[in-house]
Amino acid sequence: MQKELARLICQRTKNSRLAWSDQVKLMEETGFTLREVEEKALAEGILPIRYQRNVHAISLDEQYRLFKSRVAVIGCGGLGGYVIEELARMGVGSITAWDYDYFEEHNLNRQLNAQLDNMGQSKVEAATRRVKTINPVVEFIGLPRKFDEQTDREFLTGIKVVIDALDNIPTRMMLADVCSNLNIPLVHGAVGGWYGQVTTQFSGDNTLEQLYGKNQNARGIEVDQGILSFVPAMVASLQVAEAIKILLGRGGLLRGKVMFINLLDMDIEIMELPSTK
Amino acid sequence: MKITIKLFASLRAGRFKIGVFEYPEGTTVGQVLDSLSISRQEMEIGILFINGKRAEFDSLLKTDDTLAVFPPVAGG
Repeated sequence: MQKELARLICQRTKNSRLAWSDQVKLMEETGFTLREVEEKALAEGILPIRYQRNVHAISLDEQYRLFKSRVAVIGCGGLGGYVIEELARMGVGSITAWDYDYFEEHNLNRQLNAQLDNMGQSKVEAATRRVKTINPVVEFIGLPRKFDEQTDREFLTGIKVVIDALDNIPTRMMLADVCSNLNIPLVHGAVGGWYGQVTTQFSGDNTLEQLYGKNQNARGIEVDQGILSFVPAMVASLQVAEAIKILLGRGGLLRGKVMFINLLDMDIEIMELPSTK
Repeated sequence: MKITIKLFASLRAGRFKIGVFEYPEGTTVGQVLDSLSISRQEMEIGILFINGKRAEFDSLLKTDDTLAVFPPVAGG
């Protein structure tokens, strides 16, 4: 059956590219899922046209690698909405996301999936719909609850990168601990007002502990400053760039460093923060 | 002794981005923050660096040091 699928894909392929309409027809004709068709195409060196503009920034092999990758996003609000969007558009094959919250009017200034017609709707549910509309091949596992360090560990099995899109310090610290124990790289992003920060922590590093120090407060400057629309969009993009490089194993990472972003003065400062463990 | 102070993000409001100030020998980071009316409470201070290395409130400054002060940012 797999050989037959490969043959049928090749028949519908022009210049090693597969159109979405043909991918859908192949699903209907063969009974394979859209996801199975895409995996077979990528394995055969055929690129779905939706990824054409990813070439040559990433190779076809790397596109296939992304397809087989699993990423977790903790939080589907300001940061998480953009993170999920960009991961799905990149073609990351599986995304597991947590958020217990519902959209409210004050989310409309910055949260990508907040719309007038979905106020009161679960953020995870909105993200699920959004992913379906942009890249239904992506497996999206939406968990409409708080991330629980005990019971949710099983959902991190096979996850290659965790993205911290949370909104408070204690949960971020708990997540950093969980990732360290499970040996999963964590890409941290945080925003407030005109400002943001990004860092990547690998198992054994204590970057977040140093960053937030002994700060026992739950929150930071965002309490007074709010959050402007372009700040989570930018910080989320930097987080996704870090995640993609971890998945592909190339490029330079913000490991042992924190990027502080100030969009009011257009200052970007990268401070070294080597592990002190 | 001369100390260069760099403030980041919201700490610049009503203060400055970078300044060089004179302090007596033996001044600590905490005393510098007090002189700038930056509360030592956690909501105002996220992380401190002296010459790019992480510092604490009781870290001693020496002449020509650069102190960088960042507030905590934790929103999503």
